Amino acid sequence: MATLITPLSGWGRYPVQSCELQRPERYADLKPDAVNLIARGQGRAYGDAALNENGSVLLTERVNRFLEFDTEQGILRAEAGTTLAEILTVIVPKGWFLMVTPGTKFVSLGGCVAADVHGKNHHRDGSFSACVLSLQLILADGSRVMCSPSEKPELFWATVGGMGLTGIIGEVTIKLIKIQNAYVKVKHHAARDLEQMFHQMQDAAFDDHYTVAWIDCLANGAKLGRGVSMCGHHAELNEAPLGLKDGGKSKLSLGIPFDFPEFVLNPLSIAAFNGLYYQRAGAKREPFISNYNPFFYPLDAIGNWNRMYGKRGFVQYQCVIPDATAYDGMRQVLQALSDSRRSSFLAVLKRFGPQGKGLLSFPTSGYTLALDLPIRSPGLFALLNQLDETVLRHGGRIYLAKDARLSAESFRVMYPRYAEWLKIKNKVDPQNRFSSSLSRRLGIGEAA
Amino acid sequence: MSESVLILGATSAIARGTATAFAARGDALYLASRDEEELRRISADLRLRYGVEVQYGLFDAEATDTHEAFFKSVVAAMPKLSGVVLAFGYLGDQQAARDFSTGAKIIASNFTGAVSILSYCANYLEPLKRGFIIGISSVAGDRGRQSNYVYGAAKGALSLYLQGLRNRLHPGGVRVITIKPGFVDTAMTYGLPGLFLVASPQSIGERIVASLGKSADIVYLPWFWRYIMLIIKHVPEVIFKRMKM
Repeated sequence: MATLITPLSGWGRYPVQSCELQRPERYADLKPDAVNLIARGQGRAYGDAALNENGSVLLTERVNRFLEFDTEQGILRAEAGTTLAEILTVIVPKGWFLMVTPGTKFVSLGGCVAADVHGKNHHRDGSFSACVLSLQLILADGSRVMCSPSEKPELFWATVGGMGLTGIIGEVTIKLIKIQNAYVKVKHHAARDLEQMFHQMQDAAFDDHYTVAWIDCLANGAKLGRGVSMCGHHAELNEAPLGLKDGGKSKLSLGIPFDFPEFVLNPLSIAAFNGLYYQRAGAKREPFISNYNPFFYPLDAIGNWNRMYGKRGFVQYQCVIPDATAYDGMRQVLQALSDSRRSSFLAVLKRFGPQGKGLLSFPTSGYTLALDLPIRSPGLFALLNQLDETVLRHGGRIYLAKDARLSAESFRVMYPRYAEWLKIKNKVDPQNRFSSSLSRRLGIGEAA
Repeated sequence: MSESVLILGATSAIARGTATAFAARGDALYLASRDEEELRRISADLRLRYGVEVQYGLFDAEATDTHEAFFKSVVAAMPKLSGVVLAFGYLGDQQAARDFSTGAKIIASNFTGAVSILSYCANYLEPLKRGFIIGISSVAGDRGRQSNYVYGAAKGALSLYLQGLRNRLHPGGVRVITIKPGFVDTAMTYGLPGLFLVASPQSIGERIVASLGKSADIVYLPWFWRYIMLIIKHVPEVIFKRMKM
């Protein structure tokens, strides 16, 4: 197959590495041709999960066919390159929705499985693997195998969250949920500090099917951790007498046509934005009806929003800290960030439900915080190492799909089920042909 | 009124883009190629995305002795057949110029096979006095260049054939459109150096279908290739033969 050697990066645009791309158009060409390769869907992992420096990257974007849709049962089978955006345009008009969706719909099904992504309903429904009925995986020897929670379950649980390292995800069958219309009933609750935020997130009165909180991470002192929690559920017919018509096209589609100069996003401008946003979003005390797009995918309306952070790119730091130590740990993380005067344009806090069976899956019972941090100086990496220590001390872990800089040592401590995962990896890919820049950086695939 | 369209060579990226654009209008499709697994996948996809009727069957452009039976089976499965898109083709490689076995395959696929199947299609549409044949040729057929002149010669011959066919079918009200794509972002061109202004197969497909609503008989895609080829065709041979193209 023809290849293209080109500099490549993830969504955070850091790091940038030279990779050899293959782009199959036929399902039969979705196979391990190269000695060393990793599959890549829409390139929405932030760091180096879908990079392979001096190795091969197999683009799945053209292997994106819908194969089966049972509109009675709400079961969909599609090729791994299919995006959630494409899926929504087909399923929403038929009265179905994704059971689990991340904060962007411009991701591939294969990517959702490989990262075992989560949504605003993790505390109720679990991560993406909870809606995966079965997978077809293309192994290192080129064979196609089906796996599911009941068929070859060990391979299934090594593949969901397995960052593409067990094989090429070829087809995915997912179960959907029924909706009455394309709308969500939303409620906002302002919280004046982290303590109140944590109280709200534990209180059923402030919870709904989907719950997530925005944190103003430049607020300091008594206001540390202030923010707005947002919750919602799919609207019932009597709540929104509107149809299923909106198949998902956002009317407003802005794009960021160039890299913003770095002075645009600075602590002052972000503090001003955050202050305003806190007032405005927090002021919406009454429940309101929203189309599903702005509720689930607020940033998708702005094309290439990753360019806001400037040429040098950014790192998304997402950690989870278990319930018992979460408040303390998050407080320390936010304090360190606030003290460093490094501005995170976006900070999102949410509650996770129990850990699933995916051996390298990120979510685990507790609270997760995600921060977008532009790379302006090497000092950022020192700060992030410091945050890693805080997270480790509190028994937490870092999300691999977002990561670009964690150490192999920290990874081993954060993912205690790695040894179990490695046994399966060695069985299906003894020569470690599926590897990525992330897997080599973290020593994934090497002896535990 | 919705059409019933046969797509020959339906598993290439341009063909998929074209089939998608027909399906989005609500047209019924019959997809044909050698690759059964891809046919099954692409037809399921179009059915589920657009809710149109999509059938498929195996077709080998080079096996001309099978074409008559194949075309009969298409008409049996799709009695309202009103349009044909010829999308198959084989680029081969530089070796073709020196080694006739590769060259023969290029000619058999791009030209001989095309003439064979289109003769059945034309004979079927002519008495209906409606319908269309869209042939996907190439800008490579406009002038012979050292980099791919066997392919170019076969596509150039196809363009001439389509021209004659248009002349024959025009009085009967059957449209014959020649499409000449420039660089399209497909598996055929992926990673090739020196490409410029590369178009997506989806946009090419949309424009192929849109050409049915316009009057042009020969359509360069994207449009600016008409002017690029105008220049290339007018370079005097005495200069052209010295150029590295």
